Amino acid sequence: MSDCIGKIAKLETFGLVDGPGVRFVVFTQGCHLRCKFCHNPETWACEGGTEWTAEKLFERAWRYHNYWKDNGGVTVSGGEPLVQAEFVKEFFRLAKEKGVHTTLDTAGQPFTDEDPFYSQFCELMEYTDLVMLDLKHTDDEAHRRLTGRTNANILEMARWLSDHGKAMWIRRVLVPGISDDEEELRRCRAFIESLNTVERVEILPYHTLALGKWKELGFAYPLDGVPTPTAEEVRRAEELLGITPTEPPSKAADILSPKCC
Amino acid sequence: MKLTETPHYDQWKGFEGRIWKEEVNVRDFIQKNYKPYDGDESFLADPTEATNQLWASLQMLQKEERAKGGVLDCETEVVSGLTAYGPGYIDEKLKDLEKIVGLQTDKPLKRAFMPYGGVKMAVQAAENYGYTVNPELKKIFSEYMTTHNDAVFAAYTPEMRLARKTHIVTGLPDTYGRGRIVGDYRRVALYGIDYLIAAKQEDLLNCGCGNMYDEVIRQREEISAQIKALKGMKEMAAIYGYDISQPAKNAHEACQWLYFGYLAAIKTQNGAAMSVGRVSTFLDIYFQRDLAAGLITESEAQEMIDHMVMKFRMVKFARIPSYNQLFSGDPTWATLEVGGIGMDGRSMVTKTDYRFLHTLENMGPSPEPNLTVLYSSALNDNFKKYAAKISVTTSSIQYENDDVMKPVWGDDYSICCCVSATQTGKEIQFFGARANMGKALLYAFNGGFDEKHRIQCGPKMERITGEYADFNEVMAKFDFWLDWLADIYVNVLNLIHYMHDRYYYEAAEMALIDTDVRRTFATGIAGFSHVIDSLSAIKYAKVKILRDEEGITTGFETEGDFPRYGNDDDRADEIGVWLLKTFVEKIKRRHTYRNSEATTSLLTITSNVVYGQATGAMPDGRPAFASFAPGASPSYGAEQNGLLASLNSVAKIPYHWSLDGISNTQTINPDALGHSEGERVNNLVQVLDGYFDQGAHHLNVNVFGLEKLLDAQAHPEKEEYANFTIRVSGYAVKFIDLTKQQQDDVIARTCHKAL
Repeated sequence: MSDCIGKIAKLETFGLVDGPGVRFVVFTQGCHLRCKFCHNPETWACEGGTEWTAEKLFERAWRYHNYWKDNGGVTVSGGEPLVQAEFVKEFFRLAKEKGVHTTLDTAGQPFTDEDPFYSQFCELMEYTDLVMLDLKHTDDEAHRRLTGRTNANILEMARWLSDHGKAMWIRRVLVPGISDDEEELRRCRAFIESLNTVERVEILPYHTLALGKWKELGFAYPLDGVPTPTAEEVRRAEELLGITPTEPPSKAADILSPKCC
Repeated sequence: MKLTETPHYDQWKGFEGRIWKEEVNVRDFIQKNYKPYDGDESFLADPTEATNQLWASLQMLQKEERAKGGVLDCETEVVSGLTAYGPGYIDEKLKDLEKIVGLQTDKPLKRAFMPYGGVKMAVQAAENYGYTVNPELKKIFSEYMTTHNDAVFAAYTPEMRLARKTHIVTGLPDTYGRGRIVGDYRRVALYGIDYLIAAKQEDLLNCGCGNMYDEVIRQREEISAQIKALKGMKEMAAIYGYDISQPAKNAHEACQWLYFGYLAAIKTQNGAAMSVGRVSTFLDIYFQRDLAAGLITESEAQEMIDHMVMKFRMVKFARIPSYNQLFSGDPTWATLEVGGIGMDGRSMVTKTDYRFLHTLENMGPSPEPNLTVLYSSALNDNFKKYAAKISVTTSSIQYENDDVMKPVWGDDYSICCCVSATQTGKEIQFFGARANMGKALLYAFNGGFDEKHRIQCGPKMERITGEYADFNEVMAKFDFWLDWLADIYVNVLNLIHYMHDRYYYEAAEMALIDTDVRRTFATGIAGFSHVIDSLSAIKYAKVKILRDEEGITTGFETEGDFPRYGNDDDRADEIGVWLLKTFVEKIKRRHTYRNSEATTSLLTITSNVVYGQATGAMPDGRPAFASFAPGASPSYGAEQNGLLASLNSVAKIPYHWSLDGISNTQTINPDALGHSEGERVNNLVQVLDGYFDQGAHHLNVNVFGLEKLLDAQAHPEKEEYANFTIRVSGYAVKFIDLTKQQQDDVIARTCHKAL
């Protein structure tokens, strides 16, 4: 199965915020969600990207194992990696053969308990150490407005992961006026607290750096005029979600705004 | 004093070992006496009141200096020398607070008049800042003396002058001191001057068998000059009230004696690089002895280091504008090493290694001394994390791989410039300039007609005339020009170093180095990444040549994709390895002055900007006269797969073909490095481990974002930017001291940030 082909949008050899430690991050091509805040709209189309066999891709990743030590590894992000579940499974299988930590960064949209997806997914989970699950919104109607699709199967997947003892990090992109109201954040917290395997909850403050990409692709930017959340708003959301900051931000971070290039 | 029997000084009480007493052998002393420290940084002491007062005073002076356009004061009446001045202090009112004393002149930050390298330049440097040198001095050095600069130009061939003019060879030390010679300043502390004089007198006695060959005559004269310099050092110290004829008796004297040795060097030479060397483990032995005896506290130990480092932060030379463009930001490369592992496997990290790094916390970030961590993944975690923390918070230090240097240079090497290793007290470098590889490639297209200066440089050769570049044709012609370049480069350096030895000999530094000295001949390469990508474009894509009416290349149009250096793509990286090996072999084939051993380097300091300005458009898409990427760093924008792919590309370059150094500068956004300081520190340690475990040589680490650079450029007056230090190729500078062009260059290649 090592000749299994994946469509890859981009590789990042130095991912430090996509799972624990230093990580090799694979961004797959193709996603069915149309999130209004998406910062990788170029990965929506299921066509395009560069073709890699799972074997070649893992060979490439393995070049960086020196940097991983005992806490880093590989992450597959997207796009939506579960669109290519079979390929990701093969990639992770090769990683686990070498004892490499594997993280799946997903929004869960392709999840269904029907085959062929379901059996592929179950097999993929055997080779996955950590799932980073984006919960865009817990209200179905709001989720549809924000992403164009239902969240029912996504919440179902979270439940499945919890029931099967799979470690999870839950992430929430905080968009002012859309996914940051008190009612939503309390509901989200209640949902997260009903899961048994959540190790970490993270807020990803909405940013506008992808604006250029939207324009380049000729898409109208639906969040035009929506401000990025202030540090105060992020703190408030963290409080509502019950996140305690692990360490105060360093001096260097104080001087800098979050994204640069 | 005669060295026929082993001297026994009271000052050596409590020190172990025998060999170092019988001969000058500082390494043996260190190995027999140092105690590795594997704890963390919690023992470190805050700055004392005296440190705070002195540092505040010095910062005021630095501010004044900047307000005056970069020079606070300049000598016009006195020629610099060991005893040219009476004592000088940071602040006359605070002089009793200064634990370590000694200035280059009589006033802080005042630049000395140093005409021996070239009087025209010395006069010009003063005039550039509004000072007029006494015409008598000018006359003496123009009419009655020969300077290094006079002698070099008297001997240059017409072709050498042309190569210099077109900048195919740039940065030649033919107008100032060559630098890159590190005296073993520790010897002054361990032995005292009298012992060192006696040893040199013995060498003089043993120099030659009576037959007077060139080599013997020259060496006898040099040893005599060294002995004279040692005597001068004693007089210099006496001006400050110290008698350094005997060994230092405690830690304070050890720091002071050592500094006097260094001061002698910077009073007599204005080399581009005036490095301090590897002193931390040595000094720690004295601190340990005094601390154990209850003579000093940790706070006092830190104070001595702080005050010594304050002096290293004050080293200044008067430079001409073209020099400042080449080496922007007023660097002196007062390079000082910490860390490393001994040949016996013991860590050489001591508490004093921490103390030196801690100066960046006690007195804030600073470009000098150029603090260098001799790194190995086998160093203990406490030290690695402390160094990484200093990087994350100050961006002021650099890392070099002890694991690749130790097998070549042993465990007592010093960094003699930005990144180049030499064995302390046993070795010197003949160094100078870089060969502009980018231009050599264009000469292959244009038959040696210089694309910028519109003149023929070197032999008139056949040009490439086809519409598209043919890989085999380009390679054949490029090989010819590499050979020509290696030839002229080596010969220019031979000439320069011959004259420097003759007219601007480093008597004070050489007095602290073994008479039987090993010499390396260090060349350098500029434009590395652009040549790799250009050759890759010609090999893997289709490159159309654009020419002007004279048939000279003006640009290149590339159809199709090609691999670029910096993406961990072996196809491109192998071209780099080939290029380095080919050039270094061409250098090694040639005769080098005083039978020195030829090496080369991939490091450009900030001169990548000037080399680029002199070089036309290249097939990799680099526009005409745009900056080169610095050192061995990949070209800006070439990296498509993130930092580690870029690091892996550089790590493939074999150190043993580039023993003078392979410098790599990277900037990481703090947010990309981790969520918290703890995470950033751990992640940076992993990056360093992973990179150096693959055999890479050097890494400059900057941790800041683009916004900070843009803001600092727009608002240099803001208090927070006064000491904002960044690493450039092989050294650190205050960002606001860079030229606008250099600042833009730094901004253009910032930074690694995953979106």
